[in-house]
Amino acid sequence: MDIPYTVQVRPDTGLYNAKVGIWLFLASEMMLFGGLFSAYILLRVGTPPGEWPHGWLDVRFGTFNTMLLALSAITTLLAWVACKVGDFRKFKIFHACTLILALSFLCVKMYEYHDKWIHYEIELKDGRIADGHLVSRTSDVVVIEGRYVTDKKDLYDLRSQKNIPHDEITIPRPEIVKMQNYGPWHNTFTAIYFTLTGLHALHILGGCVVIGYLWGPGSKMWKTDRARFTNRVEVSGLFWHFVDLVWIFLFPVLYLT
Amino acid sequence: MEATVQQFPPYREGEAHGHDEHGHHEPHFFTKYIFSTDHKVIGIQYGFVALCFMLFGLFLMLMMRWQIAHPGAPVPALGPLLEKILGQPAAGGAISADLYNSFGAMHGTIMVFLGVVPLAFAAFGNYVVPLMIGAPDMAFPRINMASFHAFFLGGVVMLVSFFIPGGAAQAGWTSYSPLATTIPTDGQAFWLVGMVLLITSSLLGAVNFIATIIQLRAPGMTWMRLPFFVWAQFVTAFLLLLAFPPLEAAGLMQLMDNVAGTSFFLPTGLAIGGHMANVSGGGSPLLWQHLFWFLGHPEVYVLILPAMGIVCEVIANNTRKPIWGYKSLVYSVLVIGLLSFIVWAHHMYMTGMGQKIATFFQATTMIISIPSVIILTCLFLSLWGASIRINTPMMFALGFLPMFGIGGLTGLPLGLAATDLYLHDTYYIIAHFHYVVAPGTIFALFAGIYFWFPKMTGRKMNEFWGRVHFWCSFIFMNVVFLPMFTQGAKGMLRRMSDGGVNYSAARVHDAIDVLPVSVMEMNTWILWGAVALGLAQIPFIINLFWSIKHGEAVENDNPWGATTLDWQTPTPPPHGNFETAPHVVRGPYEYNAPGHEGSFSPQSDPPAHPSPHEH
Repeated sequence: MDIPYTVQVRPDTGLYNAKVGIWLFLASEMMLFGGLFSAYILLRVGTPPGEWPHGWLDVRFGTFNTMLLALSAITTLLAWVACKVGDFRKFKIFHACTLILALSFLCVKMYEYHDKWIHYEIELKDGRIADGHLVSRTSDVVVIEGRYVTDKKDLYDLRSQKNIPHDEITIPRPEIVKMQNYGPWHNTFTAIYFTLTGLHALHILGGCVVIGYLWGPGSKMWKTDRARFTNRVEVSGLFWHFVDLVWIFLFPVLYLT
Repeated sequence: MEATVQQFPPYREGEAHGHDEHGHHEPHFFTKYIFSTDHKVIGIQYGFVALCFMLFGLFLMLMMRWQIAHPGAPVPALGPLLEKILGQPAAGGAISADLYNSFGAMHGTIMVFLGVVPLAFAAFGNYVVPLMIGAPDMAFPRINMASFHAFFLGGVVMLVSFFIPGGAAQAGWTSYSPLATTIPTDGQAFWLVGMVLLITSSLLGAVNFIATIIQLRAPGMTWMRLPFFVWAQFVTAFLLLLAFPPLEAAGLMQLMDNVAGTSFFLPTGLAIGGHMANVSGGGSPLLWQHLFWFLGHPEVYVLILPAMGIVCEVIANNTRKPIWGYKSLVYSVLVIGLLSFIVWAHHMYMTGMGQKIATFFQATTMIISIPSVIILTCLFLSLWGASIRINTPMMFALGFLPMFGIGGLTGLPLGLAATDLYLHDTYYIIAHFHYVVAPGTIFALFAGIYFWFPKMTGRKMNEFWGRVHFWCSFIFMNVVFLPMFTQGAKGMLRRMSDGGVNYSAARVHDAIDVLPVSVMEMNTWILWGAVALGLAQIPFIINLFWSIKHGEAVENDNPWGATTLDWQTPTPPPHGNFETAPHVVRGPYEYNAPGHEGSFSPQSDPPAHPSPHEH
């Protein structure tokens, strides 16, 4: 028994099965990220004036990552074109580039996560807040590289605060009322930031697994069923473009506004 | 008639006999029944598991009805067993308030997500849709298998959650935040993980169904020749595809709230047990409700559309004449599909989201009732002037019509904001949606089981016990749900583990508008109605298994004399379904059509007298 139109296109729809499937899957993905984006909007408009964080993320890293994904979109397309014209060697080269770009993206993202993870906001008994990156901590003192603020409001909008002086601050443990890093629990901005970018990173990882399979063990199919293999490259490419597109929305929404 | 046949060349040249290579060796038990990629086996897997879950949901309901009628009294017969299995929450064999909450939440979850949807959409859809469109299988058989496995795993997670400390989720099937996050047990986290698995399963299923219906229709099976059941499944699949992901997003966020300490749905200033909660706050409880009901309302149509599809097939077959208004049915189901995405906030009139928004959703809610009424009217009118053939599937289909009618019409006062303010969260709404789903959808599902059973097994189910099953179910369904309208109208609230005793005339004597004795007494009737309803399912269960081996053998492959392609296959259909690839030449319901020989014309039978346009 054979399933019709796994490789050939159906005359009246002009599509093969997997292409229909991936577009439907992407429609559903759109609704998944749509749900999270609408959560972002509702949380942001529900924040009291002046309390939504601005400038918490480094635009340079975001821009760099955007470039990585944009480039990977091009190499993905070229890898498919290479399959179409029968140049297997070029397919290998282009998709190797895709994989390297994607993994670099994840490394940068990991560094950004780490940066938030070691960033602490420490409420002190005298009412001040110490804010900065952890240097070391013992049972007696906590050392951070940062600054003191008196009003929590000063921490929300960092866009206008260029070149804030950072010093090494040593805080004795008994002075600390509450110490919390900038993890998802810190506020609704970090919550939606980690959730959105985390889910996106999972999609990147999934894309890497699929493209890695097609590049490595799965590429044997090139010899046995060239048309089907090319279709696989196309379908995985469609997914990859969607993941890139999500980032094109994430970047301005989280980094630039 | 278009000459569509010639446009479709064979899809793999030189492999016309590909069927043979699978025919010789008997597959191993695991590959045949557990890791099967055959749509028919997967359909039966779904059906069997879903029926088991529905039985379990019925059991939870019986436990709750006992507690409502006799608050705090030990459950007869089963009490010691409950205490042994569940421990403290069932101390003394009685159902504690916490356990009642668990049972309530899990009854809803299991019936909707593990019972009715898998049976209506996944089981019937898997078994019947590829047969009806003349396909050898689903478009993605392995994804189909993965879908069932994700579903099964999700069900296991839900069941396991009963046995963790503190028991299963307690915040209702709607899992409203912040309640769902502040209950100090892990049941909710299990619920959310289970839901993510179930959503994954339905996503894989929905993609598969839509791709199959678009791509694998047999030559000549144009869109307007699709049986209505296929249309209903097609729209249902789109609802699942597009409405479930926002709940998945919401589920992920609530999971973050529960395990990572975020505040997506936790407002500023949240106090738990008299203490300020140790969370950042700033979240929005309304956000959860919006995302939940964005799924939740289309989900109602996921529950009802496949049922309408089944009823339509059974009625067309047993009235022995074309279904009335086929095109109206198709367009109505499409309009329902579209509109179902913009009615969700009628579940939220009480949240104070604003009158203008309420007015908008009130308008869309009234509009969506129009296509629903059109569908029901078409089905009723199909009965007009027919010489109706009465058998068990037809009885269930006929029972569906008035029961769904009651369910639908009693929904109108709930769709209007002014009346909903009074009826919200009372037993009235319980009665309303149960009339839609229990004597509505579930009756249609029974009709489907009795109807397609001969195709699956080659034997009919016992007619006498089928009728016993129908009449007992029909009567006791109404005994259970009809009094609830009164209870709700009198102000009895849902989700109370004491069944309203604290607001009854027996407890508070002089207060205004307490629940009168007559309303409280109904709890007892409902309990015994529910017990009888449970007993009425025994003939069905025995009949189902007994008939597989001992039922009356069918005399041919098409015992009901049906026109659709699912009956033009061998019985049961082999791997690959059709002996020769079908070519469809006519619409789905040509019964006793003028100009045709015989009382019905199967969709794939070549025309007896080719029309003059054809060459």
